[in-house]
Amino acid sequence: MTDTDRTMKTLPAPLTAKDFASDQEPKWCPGCGDHSVLQQLKQVLPELGVAPENIVFLSGIGCSSRLPYYLATYGVHGIHGRALPMATGLKIARPELSVWVGTGDGDALSIGGNHFIHTLRRNPDLNVVLFNNEIYGLTKGQYSPTSKIGLKTVTSPSGVIDHPFNTAALTIGSGGTFFARAFDRDGKLLRAILKRAAEHKGTALVEIYQNCPIFNNAAFEAFATLDSKADNTIYVEQGKPLVFGKNKNRGVMLDGFTPIVVDLDKDEFSTSDLWLHDESDINKASILARFADDDSLPRPIGVFYAEDRITYEDALAAQIQDAQKAGYGTLEELLKGENSYEIKSAS
Amino acid sequence: MTDKKKTPRQVNVTSKTSVSVLFAGDSGDGMQLTGTQFANTVAIHGSELNTFPNFPSEIRAPAGTVAGVSGFQLQFSSKPVYTPGARFDVMVAMNSAALKANLKNLHRGGIIIAGTEGFDEKNLKLAGYPEGANPLHDGSLDNYIVFPVPILQLTREALKESGLSSKEIDRCKNMFVLGLLYWLYTLPFEGTMETMYAKFKKNVWMAEANIKAMKAGYFFGDETELFANLGRFDISPHKQHGIYRRVTGNEACAIALTAASRKAGLELFLGSYPITPATEILQTLAKKKKYGVKTFQAEDEIAGIVSSIGAAYGGALAATSTSGPGLALKIEALGLAVILEIPLVVINVQRGGPSTGLPTKPEQSDLFMALYGRHGEAPLPVIAACSPVDCFYTTYEAARIAVEHMTPVICLSDGYLALSSEPWKVESPDNLADITPRFQPPREPEDAPYLPYKRDARQVRSWAIPGTKGLEHRIGGLEKQHETGNVSHDPENHELMTRLREEKIARIADSIPLQSIDNGPLKGDLLVLGWGSTYGAIKTAVEQALEKGHSVAHAHLRYIHPFPKNLGEILGNYKQVMIPELNNGQLVHVIRDTFLIAPESYTKVQGVPFNEMEILTKITDLLKELKS
Repeated sequence: MTDTDRTMKTLPAPLTAKDFASDQEPKWCPGCGDHSVLQQLKQVLPELGVAPENIVFLSGIGCSSRLPYYLATYGVHGIHGRALPMATGLKIARPELSVWVGTGDGDALSIGGNHFIHTLRRNPDLNVVLFNNEIYGLTKGQYSPTSKIGLKTVTSPSGVIDHPFNTAALTIGSGGTFFARAFDRDGKLLRAILKRAAEHKGTALVEIYQNCPIFNNAAFEAFATLDSKADNTIYVEQGKPLVFGKNKNRGVMLDGFTPIVVDLDKDEFSTSDLWLHDESDINKASILARFADDDSLPRPIGVFYAEDRITYEDALAAQIQDAQKAGYGTLEELLKGENSYEIKSAS
Repeated sequence: MTDKKKTPRQVNVTSKTSVSVLFAGDSGDGMQLTGTQFANTVAIHGSELNTFPNFPSEIRAPAGTVAGVSGFQLQFSSKPVYTPGARFDVMVAMNSAALKANLKNLHRGGIIIAGTEGFDEKNLKLAGYPEGANPLHDGSLDNYIVFPVPILQLTREALKESGLSSKEIDRCKNMFVLGLLYWLYTLPFEGTMETMYAKFKKNVWMAEANIKAMKAGYFFGDETELFANLGRFDISPHKQHGIYRRVTGNEACAIALTAASRKAGLELFLGSYPITPATEILQTLAKKKKYGVKTFQAEDEIAGIVSSIGAAYGGALAATSTSGPGLALKIEALGLAVILEIPLVVINVQRGGPSTGLPTKPEQSDLFMALYGRHGEAPLPVIAACSPVDCFYTTYEAARIAVEHMTPVICLSDGYLALSSEPWKVESPDNLADITPRFQPPREPEDAPYLPYKRDARQVRSWAIPGTKGLEHRIGGLEKQHETGNVSHDPENHELMTRLREEKIARIADSIPLQSIDNGPLKGDLLVLGWGSTYGAIKTAVEQALEKGHSVAHAHLRYIHPFPKNLGEILGNYKQVMIPELNNGQLVHVIRDTFLIAPESYTKVQGVPFNEMEILTKITDLLKELKS
């Protein structure tokens, strides 16, 4: 399939979004947030300076996991929940490739939950785009591990009683080295975050609040519409105070370990009293991650946490290099082994 | 160090062809080490050899109980041996539980060397002997030659000035036994001395204490009157000149994967999760970094196989190793590997099932799962190793088939082969088959479109790995259109693809050797058809039946799917076919179904291998029936 009619360009001639579009029509529903994510990816990929043949998109199962089909890179649409170990294996075998994973809240956090936590702690250099729509779309509307308590779906007709996962807290708690949150509708921000994720050396987890217009429409409405967005979300930027609101007159400060919202106009605080965002501070990132559990706090977007830690594949490569200091083992040596013995005479 | 020099009395040395020895004691008695050392010495001596360790699944089962008995059996011989021996000639029993657990497998008239301290009141009670009963004294062992030896006391005496703690001294008692057995079989102890010095490089006194205990055992044989009537034995060496090494089945699998990656010019990736009795494959490969091997201990069995699929997609020789419960977990991913049509080696070291079953015991009960255990029509090649050394050749062959036919391959071993060992004449790289990956070359824009699922005459597609310019393509678990690989739900296309995947596997029969007869006439009364680890027992039984003049032959299958092309013809050359299996009868179904014949099924599901006597009895019974 494929990109055979696409004009191959040799780097460094600039590539465009078109170069990353495959010949397959996206089969997502009209109005689905996935279309936007695909659009932003196609715009970001040419900016990475990586040739299309060196980029691989892997996915599991679900609406979002169709992503690889629509990008003119290498891609594998795998099995449910298993994109992360597949990506880990590929990255270990081929560290030079740019490896991306498209996954959803069900794929990554439910059936693939075990792989999710272990991948994060190992930190292979992967870019994980987690489409979180808080619902199962492809199987038609069952609740997911991120669905809110009380959500009525076909499998929770009386309302969801499972406490939802907090993706940010789970990522940081699993030893992840990068977490960012973005919205499907805010293309500019999404592009910036995807680029940051690509540049991060290690497992970069990007949670995208993505609207499912069919089964969970408007789940993120409070954070997405022009009216309410400014008061309900906060964009965190490195080194800057946590200011939000339509008139930039609200802020978040720390009272001990407790974040509180202050009104910069009415309360006796200025921006210098506010929390300064620091991506390298895991304690602050952990508190930030918990904002989502408290409706009185704005929902953070942006890069919560970024830590520079050796990747799994680099650590393994270093061990191999070390083992080969005394020379690369030959096939003869391998077959002979270390405890061979000679028998000199026959009976 | 000095040893008391005494002039050895003259003791008769009798030549024997074969001896089977069991070292048995409590799990903490060091029997595995003793057995391994003895086996190493015997191997270097040039004997033919086959070993089998037998230990409980618990790391430390209650001391002194039958459940806690750990054994190491070996047979060494001046002619080829294929099993550790149906029964043993000599049993070392460090305690009464060891005796109780193993007496039924000792030849009548066999030798028992009993550590008397293990037969005290406490040990007898722990072993479950009735109060007051002691087999060493109550006449129940009158059919055997019993040598009660105060092993612990003699070890303590030998080491009283060693400076070791009493606990450390007591732990050297296995070395006393080792020395005694070296004396009994006129074997040199220098090899073990070297091993001890190497093992305790930083604690020389510990090496010396172990050596002293061993020599004390050796010279005890000389000094005591105990063995005056029995004498000593000599098993003359047999192996031809050459360089040898001793391998277990699991080690052989690991070496084979590494060797295959070298021959194929690929990097080896193993994604696995520890599971008994397959774990040593992962452990062995983790130590092969010098050869560029990448191992990944995954979070679970599924991640093990899926990471391997990722690595295979990237162009590595990828493998995963497991046992039954793990294979069950990998099965969905195996379906993905089948539809992606990428190379993957899955080594399944079978153990007793279902569920956790008998984790440390061998069984051949995963054959059906290997052949049929997938959703959808998902054929793949299945091959089986028949001896520890054959684990090398069969795993190597699995890698060859996987890479050259772009398919996952299941390679079956079992808990018996995994841990058994035998000497292996070091193989030359030149003798190994070439393995040729079919990588798709880069493509220029003006070239014809790349068709990921275009097939060659063998129905094999090419391997297009990321990083290859112009081949960017998307594949996945959804059914694909013929040649283009695009997602397709077209009814006729699905049927065509199903047929093509099946034909691809069937055509592997063109690249594998024809089935041969291992032993016996090409036509005759009875063919014993085996697969897997039953090889040694069948081989030995058929040899014995032939010596008796019976018309019986032995064929052993390595290729179970697809079968060698001439198998049907071979089966037709005998009046009856008997299929021994360590399961409830699985291959027999496949043979019956494929060739429409009615073979005799002979099964054993006890978590222990067949022994040659069982097979021989079955052969003679069947031949009697045929004649009547």
